[in-house]
Amino acid sequence: MKNVFMNGIFKENPTFVLFLGMCPTLAVTTSAFNAVGMGLSTMVVLVFSNIFISLLRKFIPDKVRIAAYVVVIASFVTIIEMILKAYAQAVSAALGIYIPLIVVNCIILGRAEAFASKNGAIRSAVDGLGMGLGFTLALTVLGSIREILGAGTFFGISLFGEAFNPVTIMILPPGAFLTLGLVVMVINIISNKKRRGESKIA
Amino acid sequence: MENLKEKLIVTESPHIRDGNTTGGIMLDVIIALMPALIAGVFVFGYRAAALAVVCVGACVFFEWAWCKIVKKQVSIGDFSAAVTGLLLAMNLPVTMPFWMAIVGSLFAIVIVKQFFGGIGHNFMNPALAARAFLLTSWAQAMTTWVQPFTKVAFFSNADAVSHATPLAQLAQNVDTVSQATSASDAAVAELPSYLDLFLGTTGGCIGEVSALAILIGAVYLICKRVISIKIPAAYILTVAALTFVFGGNDGLFSGDALYHVLSGGLMLGAFFMATDYVTTPYTPNGQIVFGIGCGILTAVIRLWGGYPEGVSYSILLMNVATPLIDKYTAPKRFGVVKEKKGDKKNA
Repeated sequence: MKNVFMNGIFKENPTFVLFLGMCPTLAVTTSAFNAVGMGLSTMVVLVFSNIFISLLRKFIPDKVRIAAYVVVIASFVTIIEMILKAYAQAVSAALGIYIPLIVVNCIILGRAEAFASKNGAIRSAVDGLGMGLGFTLALTVLGSIREILGAGTFFGISLFGEAFNPVTIMILPPGAFLTLGLVVMVINIISNKKRRGESKIA
Repeated sequence: MENLKEKLIVTESPHIRDGNTTGGIMLDVIIALMPALIAGVFVFGYRAAALAVVCVGACVFFEWAWCKIVKKQVSIGDFSAAVTGLLLAMNLPVTMPFWMAIVGSLFAIVIVKQFFGGIGHNFMNPALAARAFLLTSWAQAMTTWVQPFTKVAFFSNADAVSHATPLAQLAQNVDTVSQATSASDAAVAELPSYLDLFLGTTGGCIGEVSALAILIGAVYLICKRVISIKIPAAYILTVAALTFVFGGNDGLFSGDALYHVLSGGLMLGAFFMATDYVTTPYTPNGQIVFGIGCGILTAVIRLWGGYPEGVSYSILLMNVATPLIDKYTAPKRFGVVKEKKGDKKNA
């Protein structure tokens, strides 16, 4: 169970290792606040869709399973969208179209297909939680780097004062690709070193 | 037998050897850029030279440091990093803070060049990519132009007198004229003369102002056969034709083509950046397509786009299209007959 949970955060991190859900990853990480909002919304949808798809896995005919998954996922996305509009106006306004677009997020459909349709409800919920947290973590890392460099702020708090000349490109679309590439490079260097170390011991 | 093996080195054709080396070519480019740099220093003062030294130094240092970090053979001896640095400096306004120039050098060498495999593998011109990076990041610093022959403070640009580039002035005039009911109502700023543009006594980036100095360098490169005339000629003629047809205020065929050709970064871009070996097509027809493509994009950005100048963006866009151009303009091999549709059926 612990492995299932940790899997999503490190070994199979949806963003940095599986490269799933690139659309929100690149588009909404312009600030740490947006990144956390997006990550948590996706996580909630992921946990609930995983639970329900796992419960329904015996009833869903194989041939129409993707359509059935999308119906389940879309229901939860609609619920989240309404909740955000009612209680978290700021998040809803900042994320805009990307909240409804969670429906087609590859991570959610991918976990439904790869995990929830083969495992029990509790294991699926833990998997959703791990993957969701991994996604949130990844988005927050990207969002923080881009916000600090591109705007000189962190969660909206000014860090460097007036003298700082922000690197505007970092909060523009090219900055998303640059940051993602560089962060993945660092992660690959670390994990390659670790793997080499492990193989030496073995 | 052992002895023979040492003497017989089997290599692929072509077997004719030439003294050309990467280092030699790059040195020629540096020599050819000197007139433009001297003109820039003459017009804008010693800070221009200091900026060039900073850019070259930073580029060479980052190239050396990257090679050390990834334990690759250090490739600063071929002068390609120095050329990148020099071209980057040419593309900056004289008031650019030194640290921003260093960040630009880092972007050019590490991200655009070394991440993609070093010399020969970069997918777009590193100096131009760095210029685009700097322009997006610090738009204000990148578009602070000073009047020629004013003293520029070394470290702060607080007293710099801002001055529009010839192209910005032209764009402004076109706008005011088209908005006013008659041309006499509009306050048309006085444009620099052709002679000013040709000699370089106007506002602009360090290396782009003097068409004369760039032409001297270009003639040197063409005579030494470092570059061919195809891309620059196709590029400049396309811009001239399009600006003549569409650039005027009084309908078609009234544009000031000479003004467009002499102003902005067109000369510098056409001769020094659109002729980079790595990022431009190597087929003769492809080079002409490349030049025309750059020309169309530049003219479109200048006449209808949001920016007054579009040389750097158009060259970058065509850099990305280069593999495609090469693919479709590959010359036919001698003796190969195009397969007909009917033949396929019979066979």
